[in-house]
Order: sequence, then C-alpha cells, then structure tokens
Amino acid sequence: MAAPLLEIQNLKKYFSTPAGQLHAVDDVSLTIEAGQTLGVVGESGCGKSTLGRTVLRLLEPTAGKVLYNGEDITRFNKQRMFQARQELQMIFQDPYASLNPRLSVAEIIAEPLIVAKRCRSRAEMNDRVAQLMETVGLAPRLMNSYPHELDGGRRQRIGVARALATDPRFIVCDEPVSALDVSIQAQILNLLMDLQDEKGLSYMFITHDLSVVKHISSHIAVMYLGQCVEYAPTQELFAHPAHPYTQALLAAIPVIDITRRGKQLETIQGEVSSPIDPAPGCRFAPRCKYACEGCIAGRMELRQLSAGHFVACPYAR
Amino acid sequence: MSEALLEIKDLVVEYHTDEDDVHALNGITLSLDKGETLGLVGETGAGKTTTALSIMRLLPKRIGEVKGGEIRFEGQDLLARTEAEMRLIRGESISMIFQDPMTSLNPVIRVGDQILEALKLHRPDMSRAEQAKKVDEMLEMVGIPAARKREYPHQFSGGMKQRVVIAIALALEPRLLIADEPTTALDVTIQAQVLQMMNDLKTKLDTSMLLITHDLGVVSQTCDKVAVMYAGEVVEYGRAEDIFLGSRHHPYTEGLFGSLPGLNASAKRLSPIDGLMPDPTALPEGCRFHPRCPHCTERCRAEAPAQYLRNGHMIRCHRMEEEVR
Repeated sequence: MAAPLLEIQNLKKYFSTPAGQLHAVDDVSLTIEAGQTLGVVGESGCGKSTLGRTVLRLLEPTAGKVLYNGEDITRFNKQRMFQARQELQMIFQDPYASLNPRLSVAEIIAEPLIVAKRCRSRAEMNDRVAQLMETVGLAPRLMNSYPHELDGGRRQRIGVARALATDPRFIVCDEPVSALDVSIQAQILNLLMDLQDEKGLSYMFITHDLSVVKHISSHIAVMYLGQCVEYAPTQELFAHPAHPYTQALLAAIPVIDITRRGKQLETIQGEVSSPIDPAPGCRFAPRCKYACEGCIAGRMELRQLSAGHFVACPYAR
Repeated sequence: MSEALLEIKDLVVEYHTDEDDVHALNGITLSLDKGETLGLVGETGAGKTTTALSIMRLLPKRIGEVKGGEIRFEGQDLLARTEAEMRLIRGESISMIFQDPMTSLNPVIRVGDQILEALKLHRPDMSRAEQAKKVDEMLEMVGIPAARKREYPHQFSGGMKQRVVIAIALALEPRLLIADEPTTALDVTIQAQVLQMMNDLKTKLDTSMLLITHDLGVVSQTCDKVAVMYAGEVVEYGRAEDIFLGSRHHPYTEGLFGSLPGLNASAKRLSPIDGLMPDPTALPEGCRFHPRCPHCTERCRAEAPAQYLRNGHMIRCHRMEEEVR
C-alpha cells in the first residue's frame, strides 16, 4: 500500500472562551489516500469546518500532527508552509462571502498566481486564467464581470478555479454545494468529480448532507461534538452503520419514498450538548437510546470493527 | 369532490423595480382540500414564497402587485378583503411559519410574551389567566418546558426557536398553516424532530398545510399533493403518488430528480439540468423551460404549452398532448 497523501494524527483544536475550553476538534485521527475523497459529516457545531481549517493550518492546532507526504506540516516554518499551501487548497462554503466583491473574476482567479509568483509575464498569466476558467466551465466573456453579477453556481466555479490555480494535490471542500439549488449543486458535484479523475486530486469533503457525501466520497468520517465517532469506506458505512449516532443520522434523512409517508420517523431526542469543557465518557450518551453507565464514565476509543471500519462505541458490532 | 379550503386561480404577481417588471408568478392555479398537505417544490426564484405571501396579502407594498387571478379561502375572495379584515384572517384562519427561525422572533421580547401577543390580539375576551394557561399549553405541545417562557430567543437553539415559531403560528388553531421552508435552517436530526411534531400537530388540530420546500425527500414524507414550480408557473401538479411513482413527468421534474444524489441509487454521475433559471424580468417566449429542456422543439420555442390534465395529474408540456387525446 502506498503511503497516504495526508495523515491526521490526534489533532486537537481548543478555543478559549470565558466559559472554559471549547473542544472544537478533539483527538481526531484520519488518513486520506492520493486520488481519494474523504467525506466528513456531522451536524452544525460538530467541529467539521474547524477540522478542515486546522488541517490546512488556517487555524493553528492545539496539539497533534498533520503529515503531508510523511512530513509534519504543523512544524513547517513560514517559508515551507508557503510552498506547501500551493499544494493544499480550500474551497469555501459561501460563494457569496468568499469572493472579494471589488475584484473581477479574472483578478480573483489570478490572485493566487500572483501571490505564488507562478507567472513570468502578464500574457502568461492571462493564458493561465483563461485556461482555468475553461476547466471549471466559465465562459471567457465573464472575465471582467464582478461576483455580484453572477449566480451562486458560477460564483462557486470561481472558487474552484481559484483553488486550482496553483496545481494543488489536496483540496479541503467546506460545504461547497450547501448554498446552491439542487440542479446547480449537481453541476458542481460533477465538476469536482471530473477534476478529480483528470488531475488525481484528493478531497476532504465537509458537508452535513449525507446523500452528497455518499455520492462523492470513498471514505466517510462521522463527527459528533469534536470527535470522530465512526470512520469507514462509504459502502461499508451505509451498509452497516455501527455507531448509534450514525444510525440516527441515516434514519433522520428524508428519503424519497412515499410508502413512508405519515409513518413515525425514528428520531433521536434532545440536542447536541455544549462543547465547552465536555464531560468525560461518550459525548453522544445523553441522546443515545442504548446508553448505560459504562458510556457515561468510560473513555471512547476508535476500535476496528472490520477491515477499515472504525467505531467509537464499545457496544457497536 | 370535497370542497376546497384554498383555491388559487390564474394568479399573476409582478414586482416593480425602477428599471424592470419582475414576473414572479405567471398564472398559477392550485387547490388545497381540508386536512390535506400540499407541497410546493422548486428552486430559488421559482415563486414559491411569492405564492405564500400573496395568500397572506403580505407582498411588499407598492413593489409587489397582484395583476390578476383570484385566491379563495373557504369560498371568499381574499384579494377583495380590506386590510382590517385581513388582519383578522391572519393568525386566526391562516398563519405562516417563516424560513429562518433566527430572524422571525423578536430578540428583545420573551418567548412567552411573543405567543401571548397573538392571543391578546385575537382573543380579547379570554381572561389573563386563561391566556397564560394557553401559552403554557402551546409551549408544552411543541416540546418546550413551560418554565422557559420567560427566556429570550437567544437563549434557545435553532430547533427550539423554530418550535416557538410553530407554537405562535398554531396558538389560534388556524385552519391553514403556510410553512415556508420550515426546516431548511435546521440539522437533519432536528429537522426530523420538527417535521414529526408538525405532522402530529396537524393531525391533532386538523389543520391543512401548504409546505414550501426544495427538499423532495421532505415532500415525499409529508405531502398528499405536490406542485412543482418553475419560473412562476406550476409545471406539474398531482397527488404525491403521481409525482413520485408516476411514469410521465415534466422534463423539469425529471431534471430535479436527476440532480439528487440518491442514498440508495449508485449512479456514478448526476444528470443535472443544464443552464440556469431564466431571468424573471425577461422570461423566454413559448415554454419557459425550453432553453434548458433536452426535448425542446420548434413548437416549444414559439408556443406556451397548455396544462394537460389526466386523472388529476397536470403536466404543462407539449409532449403530453397526444397522451391526453
């Protein structure tokens, strides 16, 4: 087996708040192979976006390592990080807020090229921008348009072109399609998958939408309150969800099936507890229908259930 | 046929801006029977929310204008009501839940008082004690301990706030509830809780519901009838069985289904609809969907299709013509 492209080891990110330490990402370990997509799912506040940002060192981790090609990028100095950033890119959630409204489309896409000094002449840069726009399916006539003139789908294509500008190998996609309508969402998902086939990119795909993540990912990590509670190949996870939270999450998705109309949905009660100084034990225990005393006290470790399928619940099988 | 609670006929709504007229609704016809749930599906800009606002007569003043058609609620024409009469209908007979629970509550008024407001306005003959009791009941009914009525909205989570909004909407036991994307801002597990609760309350209070959403999964699990909207028109309308199990569809409906990454299907590529929603200030001639339609013909470019109806299943597409004959 080839060495993984990216390996996250015991990554932690805590934020200090007046009320105490907020455990946004708490001891997460994951790997992403070259050319594959890791889907990270969870509800709002589970730390999935923080995880994505910490992996790219947009937020400095509190503890833990991020190995890229075997090297720990959390220990890189400024200059080496600058080089590494060109290969590690990000696509942001909100195509309305993540583009500078005062730059034209071409200027936005050219910015990473300028910062990384990748073009020797203006002509070369213009060619590169035109080529990037073609790759993501933006008409050349939009070069001098401004983001406010474009719809959400086109804006997100700008975000993709900008991320591709420096020939990255790994892209964190933080809810790239959540703000889009379904038909536009499908266009962007197809684009991302085509680019992956073409360029051998790896993605970390952060989303709350399980059907999207199933479609695009090879592996899935389910997060709950800062911790990874289950990690498995996509098919395996959907065929045998082992953690009670994963099961509840899958059951809660409204699937298109009118035979289930009016029937009782299996819902989990309660809401996510506070991530500030969380109590020891399983963080899902207060909402879990199988919870027992062991869950409240015991430490939850990811353990291997079957090949490649990890779960952080001692009772799951 | 049982009598319709709500009937919308050929409703046309325009928004006026300085430069252009926005054709938000171009002759939509819908009906909703007592106790039923009608789902309005479509993408951003299809006119779903405009439909809801027209029923409530809450279109922005001067900008929004009903150009034609009628809206009948229990037989009476809502468009002919005066503002004072509408004020009695809103909340009392028809109430609405807005999309964003974070912004539809007043941040400086306690949640209990926000529920009380509806009772004070519409039930002046109730004693204060009775009103207070009703507030407690409503909160308990949506699963919030009555003791929390003295708290402010910021002390509640998103799901809880949406429950408060629902409690306000149902406090007067309206006969029609309009829910505009009630769960879009919520996480799936919370969405499941809220949908479950809305379904239970609907049955308990025998309320009809107009559910606006873009989530076909939600529609399939809650609605009896479905209307698919595109560019201010209803392009397909029928019972949920027709829409989800039927074999004939409008090409736009097919496109919507093709865009969904299914949980069960294992299609490698999605088949989205090419192109974008047309600009509502300059809608295309003929069929509004023709620039994006894979089956487009000369006729589609020139002539707007009629509404072809078979067994209560309406499709607005030329391709249905020979079928119906």
